[in-house]
Amino acid sequence: MTASSLESGSRGAGNKVGTRNVLAKIWQQDGPGYMFLLPWLIGFFGLTVGPMVTSLYLSFTDFDLLTDPNWVGASNYVRMFTADPKFAAAMRVTFFFVIFSVPLKLAFALLVAMLLNRGLRGLPLYRAIFYLPSLLGTSVAIAILWRQLFAGDGLVNQFLANFGIDGPSWISNPRYSLWTLIVLSVWQFGSPMIIFLAGLRQIPQDMYEAASLDGASKFRQFYKITLPLLTPVVFFNAIVQTIEAFKSFTPAFVISGGTGAPINSTLFYTLYLYQEAFGFFRMGYASALAWFLLAMIAAFTAFSFLTSKYWVHYDD
Amino acid sequence: MAASVELKKIRKSYGDVEVIHGIDLMIEPGEFTVFVGPSGCGKSTLLRMIAGLEPITGGDMLIEGDRMNEVPAAKRGIAMVFQSYALYPHMSVYKNLSFGLETARAPKEEIERKVKRAAEILQIEPLLQRKPKALSGGQRQRVAIGRAITREPRLFLFDEPLSNLDAELRVQMRVEIAKLHNDLGNTMIYVTHDQIEAMTMADKIVVLSAGHIEQAGPPLELYNNPKNLFVAGFIGSPKMNFLKAKVEGQDAGSAKLAVAGSSLTFDRKVNASQGDEVTFGVRPEHITITEGSGKHFSTVTVDLVEHLGGQTIIYTTTPDGTAMTLALEGQREVPLGSQIETYIDTKRCHVFNAAGDVV
Ligand SMILES: Nc1ncnc2c1ncn2[C@@H]1O[C@H](COP(=O)(O)OP(=O)(O)OP(=O)(O)O)[C@@H](O)[C@H]1O
Ligand SMILES: [Mg+2]
Repeated sequence: MTASSLESGSRGAGNKVGTRNVLAKIWQQDGPGYMFLLPWLIGFFGLTVGPMVTSLYLSFTDFDLLTDPNWVGASNYVRMFTADPKFAAAMRVTFFFVIFSVPLKLAFALLVAMLLNRGLRGLPLYRAIFYLPSLLGTSVAIAILWRQLFAGDGLVNQFLANFGIDGPSWISNPRYSLWTLIVLSVWQFGSPMIIFLAGLRQIPQDMYEAASLDGASKFRQFYKITLPLLTPVVFFNAIVQTIEAFKSFTPAFVISGGTGAPINSTLFYTLYLYQEAFGFFRMGYASALAWFLLAMIAAFTAFSFLTSKYWVHYDD
Repeated sequence: MAASVELKKIRKSYGDVEVIHGIDLMIEPGEFTVFVGPSGCGKSTLLRMIAGLEPITGGDMLIEGDRMNEVPAAKRGIAMVFQSYALYPHMSVYKNLSFGLETARAPKEEIERKVKRAAEILQIEPLLQRKPKALSGGQRQRVAIGRAITREPRLFLFDEPLSNLDAELRVQMRVEIAKLHNDLGNTMIYVTHDQIEAMTMADKIVVLSAGHIEQAGPPLELYNNPKNLFVAGFIGSPKMNFLKAKVEGQDAGSAKLAVAGSSLTFDRKVNASQGDEVTFGVRPEHITITEGSGKHFSTVTVDLVEHLGGQTIIYTTTPDGTAMTLALEGQREVPLGSQIETYIDTKRCHVFNAAGDVV
């Protein structure tokens, strides 16, 4: 469209006042932009906002996929906290998983990032190798591989047998099953590691030189200089990884065969939600579970942001 | 507390590349020494080797007679002020000042006393609770110096501490650092590429170029008796004029030079043979245009005049086409394009041989 045609179009619209004309004017000016946005808009409203709103409604009904939903008020939510021991189990498992896997993963990621940051030769190669598990991480294939590794006759036990250790069946023993999932999660330390590495690169070298002149040991330099200056990155990684951990599903599903076995020891929240929805067709209850998970994640994130001003150091 | 520093055949290599080629230097207790030289000549490297931030490839470094090569930086009794200040951004000014003492587990009263004293000296007491980001460049600079003071070092090192400040503040801080040196009496080594800073602050200037010392000595010694072309050109502003010359004649007590289209008689012998090509050097401020104030030198054409108020800088061309600058006291009216007569005092002229050494 040429400049002159744009101008005459808008002048024409200005002569007749009215909503239609205003809309026409907007359309004339921005129409192509909205056309380009359309595929995303359809997806956003059709596949994200729509289902979300629907599920919020369903969480107050007894929907079972087959019959029409009936409004039941807050009884789904009440049931969660009063009459559902399995929900309590799922909460326990999920919190245990979050509380152990996130700090371990972050600590491990930071450790590797610091090793890689010491001016290693071939850094890009190592970075890629260490990042690989994160790429493969949540895939079904890796979960299956993990099951093979930690099975009773798996590679881990075969390896331990070399030293005369008779390892348990890690994944079918309720004492260890959740830990194998935590180890799997920690092993996927690649993406926080990359972010830590970028953060470490930002810390000026002369900060460490000044600290070493001040007599600070490497350890003191770490917790007085590195860690405080890295808190924005720690904060970011902690939030992202915690949300990931709350939402974690595939590994538990594959390793326990979708049951959360043994004795609900790997019954992740999302796994329980899945069972309720697609195992027992209690869609209304599953929707309530989903919304409660969202509320928990939101509460955690809000809490993190509120406390961040006490421990996160921002440079500006 | 003041310490002597001695460098003996100090070398530094990065891989196969040697960047410091055997430096010998004695710094007396309490001396304010300035390392000066063009970018990349190795000033920072030398300073960082003294600090212990950079391993010494060869030679010995002694502080108060003790060999320091293998002593870790923190144990050398030095403090360093970085060009970037290197303040800890997440700590308050107070914490920045006390970090070293806290690391050394000094008693609380001692920390408080020393921080208070440093803050007093530098007049940063009202800033103690602020974070570095809430400070101006000059205030950061003070904090960086304060951090050095609280350590009560026997040797202060400064690596271009003023280069991030604006011109006015630079002059002010220059004076303050010089005052600080007078008050504390510590040995200080100061790196800069600004020869005015070097001239104004130093007890001893060390002119470096390409990893070796060109000349070391008191500022006026370097100004009056530069050993070679490099030092002559580096020290002084505006720069010394260098003119092509030829030795015309030589006898016991005098020498005759053909320079700038005229013939100049020196009252001293020049260490060169008749017919040698040499370089004749004279500072802009040592040329006059008043008859009788020296030997007649050359008739030059005025190209450009700069009025600085207290000084008038005149850019001219000699009869043989070389550029020559004059710096005259006071305010002078000189028409552009005019021919003027110049006069010099041959005692304040320098002659350099083809290798660049003074003769
Ligand atoms: N880490 C390094 N690896 C290799 N060469 C280096 C290293 N650090 C410095 N150099 C080289 O050593 C020489 C001296 O560097 P140095 O930083 O001491 O110069 P400088 O005199 O301080 O310069 P400037 O005035 O620009 O700060 C330079 O040629 C530089 O390229
Ligand atoms: Mg430097």
